[in-house]
Amino acid sequence: MKKCIVTVLGKDTVGIIAKVCTYLAENEINILDISQTIVQGYFNMMMIVDVTHLKKDFTDVCDEMDELGKEIGVNIRCQREEIFEKMHRL
Amino acid sequence: MINMYEVSETNKMIEHENLDVRTITLGISLLDCIDSDLDELNRKIYEKITTVAKDLVSTGQDIEKEFGIPIVNKRISITPISLIGAAACKTPEDFVSIARTLDRAALQVGVNFIGGYSALVSKGMTASDENLIRSIPQALAETERICSSVNVGSTKTGINMDAVRLCGEIVKETAEATKERDSLGCAKLVIFCNAPDDNPFMAGAFLGVTEADAVINVGVSGPGVVKKALEKVRGKGFEELCETIKKTAFKVTRVGQLVAGEASARMGIPFGIVDLSLAPTPAVGDSVAEILEEIGLERVGAPGTTAALAMLNDQVKKGGVMASSYVGGLSGAFIPVSEDQGMIDAVHAGSLTLEKLEAMTCVCSVGLDMIAIPGKTSASTISGIIADEMAIGMVNQKTTAVRLIPVIGKDVGDMAEFGGLLGYAPIMPVNEFGCDAFISRKGRIPAPIHSFKN
Repeated sequence: MKKCIVTVLGKDTVGIIAKVCTYLAENEINILDISQTIVQGYFNMMMIVDVTHLKKDFTDVCDEMDELGKEIGVNIRCQREEIFEKMHRL
Repeated sequence: MINMYEVSETNKMIEHENLDVRTITLGISLLDCIDSDLDELNRKIYEKITTVAKDLVSTGQDIEKEFGIPIVNKRISITPISLIGAAACKTPEDFVSIARTLDRAALQVGVNFIGGYSALVSKGMTASDENLIRSIPQALAETERICSSVNVGSTKTGINMDAVRLCGEIVKETAEATKERDSLGCAKLVIFCNAPDDNPFMAGAFLGVTEADAVINVGVSGPGVVKKALEKVRGKGFEELCETIKKTAFKVTRVGQLVAGEASARMGIPFGIVDLSLAPTPAVGDSVAEILEEIGLERVGAPGTTAALAMLNDQVKKGGVMASSYVGGLSGAFIPVSEDQGMIDAVHAGSLTLEKLEAMTCVCSVGLDMIAIPGKTSASTISGIIADEMAIGMVNQKTTAVRLIPVIGKDVGDMAEFGGLLGYAPIMPVNEFGCDAFISRKGRIPAPIHSFKN
């Protein structure tokens, strides 16, 4: 399984999760875990997703999610899980 | 499983605290390019570099995107050119032709610096070594991307004072040759004692002859991350302070190890080392001086600076070594003046002097780095400063280096502007008493007694 972390940060608005999830579904990316909070009107979400069945280059997904974030007006990052795993786990 | 807190901590380090991988440096051995025909040698060098390094930049960019971590520089280090050109180059001008080839190759593969226009002369100089050293001013003036270094001493061999004398003159000539750009050439020329074979950081990078045909070395950074972490332990004891530095250094180095492993696997080139140096940039919040001030100094250079730096350097190493399977290069805290806003401010405030910087180099990597001095400083005084720094390295069995920029036409009170990562620097005063008679002595300083360990 190839896992990635999607983080979404920005001003809360209608349909953020819907739009992100639609994009993920269209690209056969399976969501394994979601945690989400809203602090003082700011939307903060982290998803752990599985990109094993991805049909395109992972770098393209990073670019497209960045674009999607701009459309919605939030900041979306998509990163391979290893950077967090390495940094926080022995 | 990774939690939200950990993810946001990492991303905060990247976005707000300037965490980055400073450089992926691809070491390329040019030993198999050696030829007695100069044109043929140049052709082989160009071909080898552009073949081995063709995917370096694109691989770096892919890793950057996939992990969301900036990789600031992609660079190349090569076998010291004095060895590679020995059979073909009969004059300094012949060596300059290799410099032009290297510059073209660097442009072709898209790297911003290529290091290894170097000579290793810690005990003696061959004719080829001397020709290369004498070609440095012209080579640095005529090229954009070449970095040059000369190793003039080591704990095992002592200090080659003939080379030290020559290097003082060469630094001065390089300054003259690039005087239209605030003597920028000198920012790309490092004089070493105990130079490491696997250093990924410019300007002193080269690939030693003990290394493999190609190797990936990675330099991490992260002064901003350490500074932010220390803000949380203000007023606490040394134990907590040290723990915090160690933990942070561990996290930073892990990123370097990850990137090094990925780059190595993708390019099919073995991984060499991670250099866990704290390398500042002129950006605000990316400063080693600010860490020292956070530890408790009013300004860097104040009494206590050397002790604070010694502790910082040691804790960075202790935290970093566990994070990587192979640590190497210089690994410590860098204190380049022009590349560190906190250092620049301390010089302006009158807190930081050349002499204090010299003391600081006894306890950290690397040496008197990126220091602008008056253009009128004599070659023998520059050689004297080099000799002092080399002696510190030789006796303490550590790497030391000198990267001084005598800015032609400028004096104390003026500013030198180098641009980009090289930054800017106020001209610092130099002790004006001479050392001509000392520097004009021929020969070398013998190796210290504690070097005889057999």
